[in-house]
Amino acid sequence: MTEDNQADRKPNPPDEAALAGSERLSEQVARTGMFGTETTGDTSGYGGLVVRRPPALSSPRPYGSYFDDLADELGRSLESAGLRFDAAIERVVADRGELTFGVSREHLTTVAARLRDDPALAFELCTGVSGVHYPADAGRELHAVYHLVSLTRNRRLRLEVSVPDSDPHLPTMVRVYPTCDWHERETWDFFGIIFDGHPALTRIEMPDDWKGHPQRKDYPLGGIPVEYRGATVPPPDERRAYE
Amino acid sequence: MTSRTDAGAEGRVYNVGGQDWDDIVAAADQAGDRPGEERLVVNMGPQHPSTHGVLRLILTLDGETVTELRPVVGYLHTGIEKNMEFRTWTQGVTFCTRMDYLAPLFNEAAFCLATERLLGITDAIPERASVIRVLMMELNRISSHLMAIATFGLELGATTVLLNGLREREKVLDLFELITGLRMNHAYIRPGGVSQDLPSGAIEKIREFVGVMPGLLGDLRKLLDANPVYLARTRDIAFLDLAGCMTLGVTGPVLRSTGLPWDLRKSQPYCGYESYEFDVPVQHTCDAYGRYLVRMDEMEQSLRIIEQCADRLASRGPAGDRVMIADAKIGWPAQLALGPDGLGNSPDHIKHIMGQSMEALIHHFKLVTEGFRVPAGQVYAAVESPRGELGCHAVSDGGTRPYRVHFRDPSFANLQALPAMCEGGMIADVIAAVASTDPVMGGVDR
Repeated sequence: MTEDNQADRKPNPPDEAALAGSERLSEQVARTGMFGTETTGDTSGYGGLVVRRPPALSSPRPYGSYFDDLADELGRSLESAGLRFDAAIERVVADRGELTFGVSREHLTTVAARLRDDPALAFELCTGVSGVHYPADAGRELHAVYHLVSLTRNRRLRLEVSVPDSDPHLPTMVRVYPTCDWHERETWDFFGIIFDGHPALTRIEMPDDWKGHPQRKDYPLGGIPVEYRGATVPPPDERRAYE
Repeated sequence: MTSRTDAGAEGRVYNVGGQDWDDIVAAADQAGDRPGEERLVVNMGPQHPSTHGVLRLILTLDGETVTELRPVVGYLHTGIEKNMEFRTWTQGVTFCTRMDYLAPLFNEAAFCLATERLLGITDAIPERASVIRVLMMELNRISSHLMAIATFGLELGATTVLLNGLREREKVLDLFELITGLRMNHAYIRPGGVSQDLPSGAIEKIREFVGVMPGLLGDLRKLLDANPVYLARTRDIAFLDLAGCMTLGVTGPVLRSTGLPWDLRKSQPYCGYESYEFDVPVQHTCDAYGRYLVRMDEMEQSLRIIEQCADRLASRGPAGDRVMIADAKIGWPAQLALGPDGLGNSPDHIKHIMGQSMEALIHHFKLVTEGFRVPAGQVYAAVESPRGELGCHAVSDGGTRPYRVHFRDPSFANLQALPAMCEGGMIADVIAAVASTDPVMGGVDR
C-alpha cells in the first residue's frame, strides 16, 4: 500500500488523484500504531490506527473575513452594557471559514441579547441548539452550540457554551430567541442539559417516562449479542471499530 | 377517537386514548375555568390524515374557536443522529437521506457539504458533480412542493388537486429513478461528489420534463389560483408576519410569504448557485394563500435552474468530467457501470483490483470498510430546502465516523409557529395552517 511501491510499478508521472491528496496528507497528524498488532498478529485488516489533529482551541487575531469586525463590534456593545469582552467570551475560534465564540454560561443571555439587539450586530435569527457530549473533557463535558444568523448583515456566528456533567445547568435562551423553546427541550431530552427558566422543559422526542439521555456518549445502546453458530457478536457500541 | 362522558368529573369530559389524558384534564380543570364556559379539549392526531404524518395537536376549543393549540411531536423519532455516529461518513448519507423523506436530496446535500467543509475540500469538488447536485436538488424541490400543494388541496377537500399533483410528481420520481436508481432515499450525493454520472438519455428526459412541466403547473394554477373555495380557505388564514417568523425561527416559503426575499441560494450560495439565473419569489400577504403562491413560483424558478443545469451538463458531454473528487484517499474507489445484469462495479475496476494491482485492492478495501479520516473540528452547513433552512452541525474528533451530527430541520422550527398561527382562529383553519407550513414529520423527529 505504500506509495513508494506504487511509484515503482507505475512509471507514469503522478496522476491528479495523487497530487490532490498530497497536500492534505502532509498536514500535522499524530499517529499511534500502524496495525495495532502489539499483542497478537492480527491480520484482519483492523488497524487500531489513531490519527489526531487537535481542534483549534483558540485563534489569534486577525481572524479574517468579517470576523474581526464582528468581534470588535461585540466588544464595544458589551462594554456599553458594562461587560468586558474577555470576561464574557472565553475563546474565539475562526476555523474553516466559521467563527465560534466560546461564551461563559453566566454571560450567555447577555451576550445573546446584545447580539440580537445591537443594530451593528443584528443577529435576528437563531437556528437552534445542538448538544455535544465530550466525556473526556473533564469539567466541560457537555457543550451547547447555538447557531445565529444575521439576515441584515448576511453573517453567521456560533456560540458554544460548556457545562460540567456534575452541574448541567444553563440559562434558557427562550427569552432572547423564543425559537429555542423546542431546541432546548430536544437538547435536554438527548443530553440532559437543564435550561434554567425554560417555560416547560419536558422531553420532546423520547417518551415522557424515558430514563436517560440517549445521545450522550455514555448511554448504552442496549443491543444484545448476536449469536451465530455458537459464537457471539457484541452489540454495536461494544464492538471494536476504527477510531 | 373514542369519547365518553365521565360522570365523576365536573362538566362533560371527552376522553381519548392519549396516555397523558388525565394530566391534561387535571391541568385544564385547574386553569381557572370560567363557570358556564363551553370548553372542549380535543386531541387531533397523531393519526389524523391531515397532520402530515404522526403529528398530534392538542386543541382547546371554545365552540369552534381555537383558544389554545399545543403541538406534540416525537412519534417518528428513529435516532438517525445517534445511528450516524456508528457508521462511516460515507455511510451516514444513507441514514440522513431518510429524515425528511420528501426532500431526501437536500438532507444528503447538507450533510455532504458539512463533511466536505470539515475535510477542507469544498473547492475540490468537481464542477460536474456540483451541477448534478443543483439539478437534483431543484428537481427535488419541485416534487416536494407538488406534494405540499397536492396534499394541501386534499385537506381542503379538493381531490383533483391531489391526483394532478401526484401525477406531476411522478414525473420527477421517474427522473430520480432513471438517474439514481431509486425513487426516494437515494444516497446519491456522497462526500466528494455524487455516486454516479447521469445515464445516457437522461439529459433528453430532463429536457422533455422541462418542456411539459410549465403546462402542467399552469393546469394546477387554473384549479387553485382563483378558486373561490380555495381562496376562502387560505386567504388571511394562518397569519404570521416577519417579526413572528424571526422570533420563532421560521424560514422557507413561510418567511418569503411575508415579503422578505431570504433564500440561502442567493444570500449564502453553495454548490455554485451564484452562477445560475433565477429569482426569489415573494408575497406580502403573510397568509396560507401567499405561501401557496410562493411555492408555485418557486417551482417555475426551479425549472429555469434545471434548464441551465441541463445546458451545462450537455455541453460537456456524458464522459467529459469526473463526478467524484480526484483525491483517491476520499473519493469512493469503485466505478459503477451498467452491465448485462444491471448496474454494478465496472468490469475494468474489478479487473484492476483483482488481477493487476494488490495495492489498489488494499486501497479499495481500506477506504470502503474503514472510510476516510476527517480532521477534528466542527462546522455548520446550511442549504435552502423546500421548507426552509436545513442545517447540518457536524463534529469530528479526527476519526472515521462522525462524533456528532445534528440536523436543524426546518419543519421542526416551523411547527413551533403553529400556535401563533392558529390560536384565535377557527378549528377548520388549523388544517390549512398545518398544510401551509408543510411539515414532514420524518424530518421533525429524525
